Amino acid sequence: MSDKSKGSVAPDVPATEPSFWEADKGLASWLFTLDHKRLGVMYLVSTMIFLFVGGAAALLLRTELLTPEGDIFSATVYNKLFTVHGAVMVFLVIIPSVPGALGNFLLPLMLGAKDVAFPRLNLLSFWVYTLGAMFFLYTLFAGGLDTGWTFYTPYSSTTGTSVVSATLGAFILGFSSILTGLNFIVTVHKMRAPGLTWNRLPLFVWGIYATAVIQILATPVLAITLLLITIERTLNIGIFDPAMGGDPVLFQHFFWFYSHPAVYIMILPGFAIESELIAVHSRKHIFGYKAIALSSVAIAIISFLVWGHHMFVSGQSELAGVIFSFLTFAVAVPTAIKVFSWVATLYKGSIEFNTPMLYGLMFIFTFSIGGLTGLFLGSLATDVHLHDTYFVVAHFHYVMMGGTIIAFIGGIHHWWSKMFGVNYSEKAAKIGALLVFIGFNMTFFNQFILGQQGMPRRYYTYLPQFQQQHVLSTIGAYILGAGLLWTAIYLIHSLRRGEKATSNPWHGVSLEWHTQSPPIQHNFHGTPVVTSDPYDFPEIDRTGETDRH
Amino acid sequence: MNLSTLFLAMAPAKDAPLPPNDAKGGPWSMPIQASTFAPETDAIYLFILVLCLISFVGIIGATLYFMRAYRRRSPDQKTSSITHNGKVEFLWSAIPAVLLVVIFLWSEVAFMKQVVPPSDAIDIRVKGQKWFWTAEYPANPGVQLNNEIIVPVGVPVRVTLTSEDVIHSFFIPAFRIKRDAVPGRYTTVWFEATRPGDYNLFCAEYCGDQHSEMRGVVHVLPLDEYEAALEEAGRLELEQGESLAAFGERIYTRKGCNACHSTDGTTKTGPSWKGIYGADRTFADGSSGKVDDNYIRESILEPNAKVVAGFTPQMPSFQGQLNDDQITALIEFMKTLK
Amino acid sequence: MSAIATAEHPEHLAHHFDTLEQQAAAAKLGMWLFLATEILMFSGLFLGYFIIRMFYPEMVLEAHEYLSKTAGGVNTVVLITSSFTMALAVRAAQVGDQKNLIRNLIFTIGFAGVFMVVKYFEYSAKFEHGMLPGKFYHAWDHGYYIEGLPHIFFGLYFCMTGLHGIHVLVGIGVLTWILLRAKKGEFGPSYYTPVENVGLYWHLVDLVWIFLFPLLYLVR
Ligand code: HEA
Ligand code: HEA
Ligand code: HEC
Ligand code: CUA
Ligand SMILES: [Cu+2]
Repeated sequence: MSDKSKGSVAPDVPATEPSFWEADKGLASWLFTLDHKRLGVMYLVSTMIFLFVGGAAALLLRTELLTPEGDIFSATVYNKLFTVHGAVMVFLVIIPSVPGALGNFLLPLMLGAKDVAFPRLNLLSFWVYTLGAMFFLYTLFAGGLDTGWTFYTPYSSTTGTSVVSATLGAFILGFSSILTGLNFIVTVHKMRAPGLTWNRLPLFVWGIYATAVIQILATPVLAITLLLITIERTLNIGIFDPAMGGDPVLFQHFFWFYSHPAVYIMILPGFAIESELIAVHSRKHIFGYKAIALSSVAIAIISFLVWGHHMFVSGQSELAGVIFSFLTFAVAVPTAIKVFSWVATLYKGSIEFNTPMLYGLMFIFTFSIGGLTGLFLGSLATDVHLHDTYFVVAHFHYVMMGGTIIAFIGGIHHWWSKMFGVNYSEKAAKIGALLVFIGFNMTFFNQFILGQQGMPRRYYTYLPQFQQQHVLSTIGAYILGAGLLWTAIYLIHSLRRGEKATSNPWHGVSLEWHTQSPPIQHNFHGTPVVTSDPYDFPEIDRTGETDRH
Repeated sequence: MNLSTLFLAMAPAKDAPLPPNDAKGGPWSMPIQASTFAPETDAIYLFILVLCLISFVGIIGATLYFMRAYRRRSPDQKTSSITHNGKVEFLWSAIPAVLLVVIFLWSEVAFMKQVVPPSDAIDIRVKGQKWFWTAEYPANPGVQLNNEIIVPVGVPVRVTLTSEDVIHSFFIPAFRIKRDAVPGRYTTVWFEATRPGDYNLFCAEYCGDQHSEMRGVVHVLPLDEYEAALEEAGRLELEQGESLAAFGERIYTRKGCNACHSTDGTTKTGPSWKGIYGADRTFADGSSGKVDDNYIRESILEPNAKVVAGFTPQMPSFQGQLNDDQITALIEFMKTLK
Repeated sequence: MSAIATAEHPEHLAHHFDTLEQQAAAAKLGMWLFLATEILMFSGLFLGYFIIRMFYPEMVLEAHEYLSKTAGGVNTVVLITSSFTMALAVRAAQVGDQKNLIRNLIFTIGFAGVFMVVKYFEYSAKFEHGMLPGKFYHAWDHGYYIEGLPHIFFGLYFCMTGLHGIHVLVGIGVLTWILLRAKKGEFGPSYYTPVENVGLYWHLVDLVWIFLFPLLYLVR
C-alpha cells in the first residue's frame, strides 16, 4: 500500500495469507461457500451467462426484423424469442446482477465487515436463484413462453405455452431477491466498522441499500401476483379472467405495482456504481453527497406511487391517469439531481480516461437520453400516441442497457483487479467500449423515430415504410454484440495472462481498497477503523481551501 | 395556449399532398396529422423535445468541456475541494421541477379533451378479436366492416371498444389515439378526422401470433361521400356482370374470412382454402369427411360442429350474417382455389 | 468456514460478528424485515379480496354463509391461545426456565395441530359440497345454489386460508426444531434469539388469521 490515504485506517496486510481464491480448494468449497466474495463471483458468472443467453435471443429477433415479412421464424417462435429475451434480461440478469455480483462482493468490504449479516441465507439466496433459473430453462425446453415478460391476462391465462413453469420460476427468483435485500439491509445497519457513520458510507452502499428497501417492499406483491396467475391458470378461480367474472386490468395494477418499483431496483444499483466511477476516476470529492444519498431514498419511496403510468390507455379512470402522470414527473426530479451532481463532480477534477471512466461517462450520455425520453411517456397526451410502440422499447433499453448494464460493465472493470487480482488489457478494453457505445446507440436511437412514426412493439411483421430504421437497428445490434463478445474475451484472457494487480490502482479511499487484491478470506486483519469520508482523496487540494463550501 | 402555436409552426405541414400511407411525413418525423388531436399532441411532443434537447446539450456540453479542461495531465494533479453548493443544488432541483409541472399541465389539458366525446358524435362499435377488427354502425344496421372503418371528415366519432377474447388495442397513429379493447368491458375513444385519406389502424396490445397482422385501414371520406360509402359497404350483393366466384372473393375479403384463411396454402388461424373443395378432412374428434357444399355451409353457420384436426375452435359463427346466396358464392369461390 | 471461530468467541457467536449483542440485533432486525415481507405478501391477497367484494357484494355475502362460523371461531380462540403459550415460551427462555420453555413449546405445537385438524374438517366439508375454487366449483350438483359467481369467493377462500395453512405447517416445523434444540438445553438467558424469532413468526401467523376470520367468515 504505497499510496496510503490519510482517511480510513486499516491495519496493513502482511502478504502472507492466501487470498479468498486460494483459501479453500475443490468444487464443494465453492458450491457450499459462505464467503460473500465467492458468492459474488458466482453471481457474476451466472448473470453474465444469462446476459449472453438473453442477448443471443435479441440478436435472433433483430435478424428476423431485417425484412418486413416473416422469413426465418414463425410468428410463434418470434413471440417466444422476445418473451424469453425480456424475461431472462429482467429476472435473471438485470435484477440480480449488480446486487448479486458487485453488491455481495463489495458491501462487506466497504463496510469493513468480515461478511454479510447472514452468510447462510446468502448461500441459500444463490441457490434459490439457481432453482428459479432452472424453472426458466425448463420453460424454454417445454415449449417456451409467448406472453411477453408482462404476463398480461387473459392472454397469459389462456395461451397454450408453459406459463406456469415460468411464473413459478419468477416467483422463486423473487424470493432470492427478497432474501438478498433483507440480508443487505441488516448488514448495512448492523455490520458497519467503527467510525463508519451513515454520512461516511460510500454511495455504492447507499444505492444498494435503497435497492434492498424496494426489493423487500415490492417483491412480495409480485410473488402473490404470480401465484394468483398460476392458480388462475390451473384452477380458473376467476380473479383476472373476464370469462370467469374477473378483471384483466386488475392484473395490470398488480403487475405494475411491483414492476414499476422494479425498474428502480434495476437502476439504483447502476446509480450506485456510477457515483463511485465518477468520483474515483476524477479524484474529486463527490458533489452533493447528501443529495445523491437521499435522492435514492426519495426515488425508492415515490416509485411506489407511479405504477399506473404503464396503463394510461388501458381503461383505468382518467383521474387515476392524471395523478399517476403527475407523480411520474415527481420521480424525475431526484434523478435529475443525481445526474447534475455527477457532472458537477467532474468540475476541477483530475479526470483519467481509463475504461471504467469511459463507461461512467457513457452512462451519463445514454442514461440521460433514456430518462429524458421517459418524460414523453409520462406525459399523458404524448403517451397515448407512444404507448406500446418502439418508442417505449427504445426508452427502456436506454435506461436498462444504457444505464444499468453499462454501469455494471464499468463497475466490473473498476473492481476487476480487486476481484481477480489481475489487470485486463487497457487497449483492448477501449476498443470494446467504443464498439459498445457505437453499437448501442445505433441499435436503439432510431427506435425512437420508429415509435414516433407509429411502429407498434412486439410486431413480427411490419409495414415496408419502417424497414430502413429496422435494418440500421439490426446492424447496430450486431456491432453491440461483437463489442460485448470482445469484452468477454479480453476479460477472460486476462485471468490467465493478465499482469498481477496492485491493491489500490485508482487511489481509492473507501475500505475495499485497503485490503489486498484479491482480498483474504476474512477481508481484513482485525477490524478497520474509519476516520473520514470515502471521497477524501489525497489529491484534493486543501492548502488554499479557497473554494466555496 | 400561445406556446402551442409556436410549436405548431414547427410541426410537419398540415396540407402536404396526401400520401399513400400515413407515416410518409418524412423518415424523421411524426406521421401525418389527420385528426383534431394530432396538432396539439405534436406540439407537446415538440415542446418536451426542445426542453430535453436543451438540458441534454447542457449536460453533455458541460461533461465534454470538463473532460477536456480537467483531464489528468500529471499523475498527482490536484483537485478542488468543493463538496456541495446549496444554491446551485436548489436551482437544479427547482428549475426542472417547474418545467415538469408545465409539461404535466399542458399534457393533462390536452388529454382531458380526449376523454369526453361531444354529444353529437357518430357512434361506431368496434370489436377486437384474434386477429381482426369488426366495426358496426348502430345508425346503419346491417353494416359490418372487417379490418376497416369508414368515417367522415369534420364530424366527431365515438368508438366504443370491446374484445371477444384477449386485450387488443385500437391505435391510429395519424389520429394520435390509442385505446385498449378489453374483454368483458367497454372502453371508448373519440376523434374528429381532419383530412380525407386512408390511414393505418394497428393493434398495439400484444395478442398472440398474428398480433402484427391485426391491421386495418381507416377510410376518411368527405361528409357527402360518407353515407354513400357506408351504404355501399352494407350492401353485399351480386353485381351486374359479376361472376359468382368473383362475388365470393369479395365476400371473402369483406367479411374478414381472409383474417384467418389464406388462399395460397399458408396456415393462419384457420386452414387455408387452397385446394379446399373436395379435400379430405380429419376432425378433432377423430372422425373424417370430405369438404362438400353441406360441410362448408355447416362450417360457416356452426363452425364448432366439426373442428378440423390441428386447429382450435376459434371461428365465430356467421349465422344471420351471410345469406344463402352469399354462401353459395363463397363455395363457388372456393372451387376456383386449386 | 465458521471453523475459524476461535476460543475468544462465545459458543453461539458466528465468526463474522464481533459481539453477541450485534448478532442478536442483526437476527432480530432480519426477522422483522422478513415479517414485513410476509405482511406485504398477504396484503396482496387482501387487496384482491376487497376488490372482488366490491365487484360482487351480494355474492360474497351469500357465499360466506356457507363457511362455518363455529369452526372459524374455535380456530381463532385456538390460535390466540397458542400465541399466548408461545409468548410464555419466549419468556421462559429468557429467564432460563427450561421446564416451562419445553412445556409451552409443546402446548403451542399442540394448538397448531388442533387448528390444522379443524381446518381439515372444514376443507373436507367444502370438498363434499362441491364448493371448490374456480372451474372445480360444482356445488349446484349438491343442491346448493348461490347467486352470482361463488367460484371466485371459494377460489379466494382457498387461496387465503391455504396460504395461511401452509404458514401454520411451516410454523409447526420450526417449532419442532426449536423444541428439539430446547431439549438439548441450547437456550438460556444469554442465547434465546431463535426462540424469540420463531415466536415473532408465530404471532404473525396468528395476526393474519385474526384478519382472515372476520373478512371471510363474518362478512357483514
Ligand atoms: C431501469 C429501468 C427504468 C428507469 C430508470 C425508468 C425511468 C423512467 N421511466 Fe421507464 N420504463 C422502463 C424502465 C425504466 N424506466 C421499462 C422496462 C418500461 C416498459 C415496460 C414494458 O412495457 O415492457 C418503461 C416504461 C415507461 C413508461 C410507460 C410507457 C408506456 O408503456 O406507455 C413510462 C411512462 O410514464 C415511463 C416513464 C419513466 C420516467 C419518467 C422515468 C424517470 O425515472 C426518468 C428520470 C430521468 C431523467 C429525467 C433523466 C436524467 C435527468 C436529466 C438529464 C436532467 C434534466 C432533467 C429535466 C430537465 C427534467 N417508463
Ligand atoms: C436488461 C434488460 C435488457 C437488455 C440488456 C436488452 C438488450 C437488448 N435488447 Fe431487449 N428487451 C428487454 C430488456 C432488455 N433488452 C425487455 C424487457 C423487452 C420487452 C420484452 C417484451 O416485449 O415482453 C425487450 C425487447 C426488445 C425488443 C423488442 C421486441 C419487440 O417488441 O418485438 C428488441 C428489438 O430490437 C430488443 C433488442 C435488444 C438488443 C439488440 C439488445 C442488446 O443490447 C443485447 C446485447 C447483448 C448481446 C448481443 C449478447 C452478447 C454477445 C453474444 C451473444 C455473442 C454473439 C454475438 C456476435 C458474435 C455478434 N429487445
Ligand atoms: C377468427 C378466425 C376465423 C374467421 C374470421 C373465419 N374462420 Fe373459418 N375457420 C377458422 C378456424 C380456426 C377453422 C378450423 C376449425 C374449425 O373447423 O372450426 C375454420 C374452418 C373453416 C372451414 C372449414 C375448413 C376446412 O378446411 O375444413 C370453412 C369452410 C370456413 N372456416 C369458412 C369461413 C368463412 C366463409 C369465413 C368468413 C365468412 C370464415 N371461415 C371466417 C377460423 C376463422
Ligand atoms: Cu390484437 Cu394485438
Ligand atoms: Cu414505470
